[in-house]
Amino acid sequence: MLGKLSLDAIPLHEPIIMGTGVVVALGGLVVLALLTRYRLWGYLWKEWITSVDHKKIGVMYFILGLVMLLRGFADAIMMRTQQAMAAGGAEGYLPPHHYDQIFTAHGVIMIFFVATPFILGLMNVVVPLQLGARDVAFPFVNSLGFWLSAMGAILVMISMWVGDFAATGWVAYPPLSELGYSPTTGVDYFIWSLQISGLGTTLAGVNFVATIFKMRAPGMNLMKMPVFCWTALITNILIVAIFPVLTATLAMLAADRYLGMHFFTNELGGNAMMYINLIWIWGHPEVYVLILPCFGVYSEVIATFSGKPLFGYKSMVYATSSIGVLSFMVWLHHFFTMGSGANVNAFFGIMTTIISIPTGVKLFNWLFTMYRGRIRFHSATLWTIGFMVTFAVGGMTGVLLAVPGADFVLHNSLFLVAHFHNVIIGGVVYGCLAGMSFWFPKVFGFTLNEFWGKVSFWCWLIGYWLAFTPLYVLGFMGMTRRMNHYDMPEWQPWLQVALVGAIIVGLGILAILIQLYVSIRDREQNRDVTGDPWDARSLEWSRPSPVPFYNFAHVPEITSLEQHWENKEKGRVEVRRYEDIHMPKNTGAGFLISVWSFILCFALVWHMWLIAGASLVATIITFILRTYDRDTDYWVPADEVARIEGAWHASMKEAA
Amino acid sequence: MNMHSPAVSGGHHPRDHDHGHDSGSTTVLGFWIYLMSDCLIFCSLFATFGVLAESYAGGPTGRELFDLPYVGAETVLLLISSFTFGMANLNMNAARTRKVIRWLAITFLFGAAFIGMEINEFAHLVAEGAGPGRSAFLSAYFTLVGTHGLHVTSGLIWLAVMIDQTRRFGLDAVVRRRLACLSLFWHFLDLIWICVFTFVYLHGVL
Amino acid sequence: MNRLLSSARTLAPLAALFLLAGCDDYALLFPKGDIGLQERSLILIALGIMLAVVIPVIILTLVFAWRYRASNTNATYAPKWAHSNGIEFVIWTIPCLIVLFLAVMIWQTTHKLDPYQPLESKVPPVRVEVVALNWKWLFIYPDYGIATVNELPIPAGTPINFKLTADSIMNSFFIPHLGSQVYAMGGMQTQLHLIADQPGIYPGRSSAYSGSGFSDMHFKAVATDRATFDAWVRKVQHSQLVLDKASYTELAKPSIKNAPTTYARVDPKLFDDIVNQYMPAMTHPTHDMAKMAMVEGPMCGPQRAKSAE
Repeated sequence: MLGKLSLDAIPLHEPIIMGTGVVVALGGLVVLALLTRYRLWGYLWKEWITSVDHKKIGVMYFILGLVMLLRGFADAIMMRTQQAMAAGGAEGYLPPHHYDQIFTAHGVIMIFFVATPFILGLMNVVVPLQLGARDVAFPFVNSLGFWLSAMGAILVMISMWVGDFAATGWVAYPPLSELGYSPTTGVDYFIWSLQISGLGTTLAGVNFVATIFKMRAPGMNLMKMPVFCWTALITNILIVAIFPVLTATLAMLAADRYLGMHFFTNELGGNAMMYINLIWIWGHPEVYVLILPCFGVYSEVIATFSGKPLFGYKSMVYATSSIGVLSFMVWLHHFFTMGSGANVNAFFGIMTTIISIPTGVKLFNWLFTMYRGRIRFHSATLWTIGFMVTFAVGGMTGVLLAVPGADFVLHNSLFLVAHFHNVIIGGVVYGCLAGMSFWFPKVFGFTLNEFWGKVSFWCWLIGYWLAFTPLYVLGFMGMTRRMNHYDMPEWQPWLQVALVGAIIVGLGILAILIQLYVSIRDREQNRDVTGDPWDARSLEWSRPSPVPFYNFAHVPEITSLEQHWENKEKGRVEVRRYEDIHMPKNTGAGFLISVWSFILCFALVWHMWLIAGASLVATIITFILRTYDRDTDYWVPADEVARIEGAWHASMKEAA
Repeated sequence: MNMHSPAVSGGHHPRDHDHGHDSGSTTVLGFWIYLMSDCLIFCSLFATFGVLAESYAGGPTGRELFDLPYVGAETVLLLISSFTFGMANLNMNAARTRKVIRWLAITFLFGAAFIGMEINEFAHLVAEGAGPGRSAFLSAYFTLVGTHGLHVTSGLIWLAVMIDQTRRFGLDAVVRRRLACLSLFWHFLDLIWICVFTFVYLHGVL
Repeated sequence: MNRLLSSARTLAPLAALFLLAGCDDYALLFPKGDIGLQERSLILIALGIMLAVVIPVIILTLVFAWRYRASNTNATYAPKWAHSNGIEFVIWTIPCLIVLFLAVMIWQTTHKLDPYQPLESKVPPVRVEVVALNWKWLFIYPDYGIATVNELPIPAGTPINFKLTADSIMNSFFIPHLGSQVYAMGGMQTQLHLIADQPGIYPGRSSAYSGSGFSDMHFKAVATDRATFDAWVRKVQHSQLVLDKASYTELAKPSIKNAPTTYARVDPKLFDDIVNQYMPAMTHPTHDMAKMAMVEGPMCGPQRAKSAE
């Protein structure tokens, strides 16, 4: 019944883990008590958990990302501390088995449960609004996808206190990740948390491709679509194309571990190199999945705050699309040192450098968007400029790593670690935070506190450079990644500097939390009455903040790439005659199915076959019952629409 | 009014929970995209099979294991089931509910027979000592063919549900839309099976 | 002014860090072998050509941001300007040219620096067979019939031809001062060719994470002149320990921090046996040899083990 699970699975002898466990448990209890005290359970269930509103799902994705960022960062600071201590014979404070789980969890969490939720959150909030749509193509699937991702995150978190997490590195190369070398449940947690959240991401991908192709407002042909939607389109096409490969690869690894198969084992003809190829066929496009929507954010931000249209819209679109195509032809650069021939290595090296062409063009486009503009230094602008400076360096070191001859000495070094943090922090994180400060008022109706936003920016910028420049240097000293301790005392000073940098990044994260707190406290002063706080250019800013749940009272007719800007220039006013609006009903099915799937995955981790079988049946039955529900949508009466729109018009008049 | 989004397909339509023609086409597009992504799972498995196709590790080869006439019979069953699904589709277009149900039921039987034969084949192989753990080749074989089998099984569950829904709700827009998706799914699985038959069985034996 | 001072204060210790560590610590910038030297120049040239664009872009970003700030009403404001064929042409051309240059360089250097390529030298090479064990390195010198653990004495000025494999988990064999690294993988054999130009002690390690003992999986590559090396070989040949099947099985068990050890005699087939250990003939000795599969080249990678026919 309980499979491999017993009380021994709880690491009572690890004070750090149990201490964190107590804190998290207490925090959880406080939250539960507060929810009960203020009778918020019903509200939570009706307005959030069962919601199919793309804006609320976007917000939940963002909250998931922020919470997991705290966990991922805690891992980061522990690693930095360990490496700052463990020089020349000193063992530091983390034993290898714990440390190895931390760097694995850090990578998995930051990619799958921080960066991915952030970009999915942004796309959820922004894409339908920019397209002039009232929701995504499949609202129920959207809710299901989110909850599946959230369950994956919960599974990773649980692995901390029940059993252990993989100690294999975040891509879990076999044969190390095979049962013989990783006999604990760590790799199983890795497999099932990624399978469940990967399924969620695939569903989101299908949903957004369909949304972008089918739900654009009349008149919006593809070349009148805002750049952010273009980047979202390419990103989601990539998601649909690559996540199945990840699913299949992890399924094969699971088959090796659960069914005694021999895909990637040393024995009986298995081939570990196949795993390495497959995981990077997924893995390299994945980084473009993360960065492209952020490129979209920067494009929107820089155009808005420069008071100019984006320079070279068409070349931006072509650059984005070509990055999407090229991203499939570069995966081998992750293992130039595996003994492939010179021709193969040279081909993949050259393909990789070719990707830097469209990326470089984008950088120039943003540069010339600022040229002859009137730049306002909102914190979103700062994130963008900080990104341009940081990312230029990160892109360059990436191209250097794409040169096989250079990679032969830089591969797996801290130079590599510095490079991908350079592009992921400097590209993805800055982008998501820029997007957050930019679109926050659209969802919540008030702007974020600027002071703490700027504090956060400077902490992140300085912290990033202080934390990762030493890692570039250490790469040249021959230091490799994932070391628990080292015998080279001359590395230590650099690692201590890096720790200081990480602490400053931590202050940046703290500043975000303070910013959220202060902004919510002072929300009345920072109300966005007009719905257009930044004097922006695309459709979403033509609507009140917060946007009503139906998004658009009238479906807009599109005549221009920057519809809202054109409307402002021509002084167009909306007709005030309203019609009934057709909307999807909330449903708990997505949440329920995800809960069953979560139990299924947890049971699989611990080999509880009975529970696994039962929860699989429950998942299927819940899904089938949902298909019998014929009452999935409703009409918002015109009067209700008129009332909501009227209130906005009145408040705008009052403000003016 | 606008013809793009179900949400705005206007207050003039009858309120029959029907998302209208446009919503149906969005769903079918979405389902196509899903199928393409599913297809990539099979691509990965085919590629893996290609790499491991000769990693017998001293174990039995495809030539020794595969019984082509038996697999041929499986193939015929699946092809017939695609044909019978086509008949269901034609009757759906003609709005003949009872005939639709009958043809769907026949499709179900052929699909179930296919799965039955496959399970029998697998059991036979395992009994011979040629289970999935015997060699990398057999791991790849069982996983590729088994994944197809799991898809057909899901298709069978879906068929059963649709037979019931057609009976219960008649051929309304939702049922039609779902039958259209199921039909895509079923033909897609047929296509995959033809690749399996060619690359795994024929190629393995010849 | 304050800002300047504070940045100077942060920079000063950084500069001190560079001075604190000796040049030799920057293994990749001050390599001690020909392969490493070539790779250094490759890195510096590639960095140089890219910095020629990256630095101006960074400067322009900051300059544009400052010059076109909203409060600077003297600067031109072109609120509708969003396209220029001339600029578009230039911004596509610049990266294209750099990539063209890099592509040619990549093609040439990747072939020249191919780890499988034997080095040209008048001195006959020394062969070393490398086995990554959990978690130590075994070096077999087939020319002399000796072996070492966690220590790699080599003659300076002599090409070293490495053949590599792993007993089980994948590792990467890396001596930063000498240049290229290559994976060592179970059931497979890879190759690497390096040379040390001058005597010295060069730290080596695994650079692919391989489990809990990974951090201690380092060794010293000791390059000496030929006479010292030959003397060392003779000394080892007259020492006590022997590496046969039994002692290898013992050695292959997981362990960390193994002290450097030398073996006077080695089973000459040991390396091939390790590479072939996963082939069916070894695990299922009863099986018909004729049925044994030769695994064809996998998607992209080194040659797989050959069956022991």
